[in-house]
Amino acid sequence: MGENKMKLNYDIVVIGGGPAGLAAAISAYDNGARDILVIEREKRLGGILRQCIHNGFGLTRFKESLSGPEYSARFIEELKKREIDVALETTVLSLTQDKKVQVINEQGVFTISAKAVILAMGCRERSRGALNIPGSRPAGIYSAGTAQKYINLNGYMPGKRVVILGSGDIGLIMARRMTLEGAKVLAVSEIMPYSSGLKRNIVQCLNDFDIPLYLSHTITEIRGDKRVTGVTISQVDENKRPIKGTEKHFECDTILFSVGLIPENEITKSANIPLSPRTRGAVVYQNRETLVDGIFACGNTIQVHDLVDFVSEESEIAGKAAATYILEGAKEKDSVATINGNNIGYVLPHRIDKNQKGHVKLFFRVTSTFRNCVINVVSGGEVIASKKRNIAVPGEMETLILTQDKIALLSDDITVELKEGV
Amino acid sequence: MSENIKNLTCIECPMGCSITVRVENGVAIEVSGNNCVRGKLYAENEVVCPKRVITTTVRLTNGDVVSVKTNMPVEKSKVFEIMQKINKVVASAPVRIGDVLVEDIGCGASLVATDDRD
Repeated sequence: MGENKMKLNYDIVVIGGGPAGLAAAISAYDNGARDILVIEREKRLGGILRQCIHNGFGLTRFKESLSGPEYSARFIEELKKREIDVALETTVLSLTQDKKVQVINEQGVFTISAKAVILAMGCRERSRGALNIPGSRPAGIYSAGTAQKYINLNGYMPGKRVVILGSGDIGLIMARRMTLEGAKVLAVSEIMPYSSGLKRNIVQCLNDFDIPLYLSHTITEIRGDKRVTGVTISQVDENKRPIKGTEKHFECDTILFSVGLIPENEITKSANIPLSPRTRGAVVYQNRETLVDGIFACGNTIQVHDLVDFVSEESEIAGKAAATYILEGAKEKDSVATINGNNIGYVLPHRIDKNQKGHVKLFFRVTSTFRNCVINVVSGGEVIASKKRNIAVPGEMETLILTQDKIALLSDDITVELKEGV
Repeated sequence: MSENIKNLTCIECPMGCSITVRVENGVAIEVSGNNCVRGKLYAENEVVCPKRVITTTVRLTNGDVVSVKTNMPVEKSKVFEIMQKINKVVASAPVRIGDVLVEDIGCGASLVATDDRD
């Protein structure tokens, strides 16, 4: 690998050296592309996995339970076996539709010309500012991922008595992590009547340590002048309004926010690449090409995945497609849109190009908890794929395979919908 | 003879299967609801002696930290005891993934590095 080497012209530039970028670059190489650069803003490859030191990664892909650094190391090792350039500590400032990538690093500001670009920037945490939390603004309030970085990479504890808002997986993981390091986690407060985290994390991160999870609760007051001294949570009604008289007070020095992830797309916006209001990432075809020829996107930058294994899988699709684009050039498309119907939050890919060969795996999320339901893919009034679910929850991404023979016959947009009580 | 039914959520993989275990004299005699053999093993162990892999960090002499894990699950009731031992460990760089930092940190498990540090 040409470690920290950067030319000014490449066939393929991959933006981001996390799990998506690594898998995409390796796949592009293995499908025949040769002149590839991975740009990473941190000192090391691996992305967010570097701070995810807990295990449970790789069960689908490697059939074993790995920590985040171990999972990414497998890909970094593969990358190093190939002639792929890597630019570390290099930040992308902007991108244009004709694939000029402006970057900055210690050496200065450069414009790299690419023939194809793969967007693999991942996602970012929703901030407190994106919510409406009343109370003062003292120190001691962190996003769960920031606390994770402080503890796992920098080696210091952000606090001793902790209340966590939101029951996303990172919040649950951090409840356990801080408890192991001697902090007291007093409560996890979740505004929804269900946790958005995986059941296994409720068990092994909360129940194992008798940490209470308050469903249908939210923070209604944060106290403290210089540092957080306490927090009040209240039960909410069906309209998510706090119910008077249900307040619970906790004395704490730290509040963690684990309230969801948003695809990171500042660079995508700089190139005016069309975004989907549903997924908040680029609109993509099944080969993960955006609506701009030769610009591809994969991983959490287009949809926030539950499992890194699926990020790798999706990114290999994008890497292969980018290699095909380099070797064979742009191809004409004949596409239909995918639409989220009843009880479905989004569907990805957003468009299906009938000229592309192979089956298509549709990814989607349901909008709330449903039992004994059936999920149908409908086109032209006909059900072309279907599956039954005993239970479907928004926290778990659903998939359905559309076979190539069905795709070839599509004449109309397709809608994914969920029906209850069947 | 004592017999009872325990309901568990499997933690082996993200599916989080709801598992029902029939326990007789402290031993699992029937496991249902699991979708794989890992779930069966998990349930059988969980009703006898719950065990967990510990993942945490260890301080390096240069002030940095490196992530580590126990190379096998350890008794859940010993987790904090073992954490205290781990927090006293100081390793020296370079460290490579898979390096054994402590041979027996408790319950017969080794403490193994899960990341590289130069």
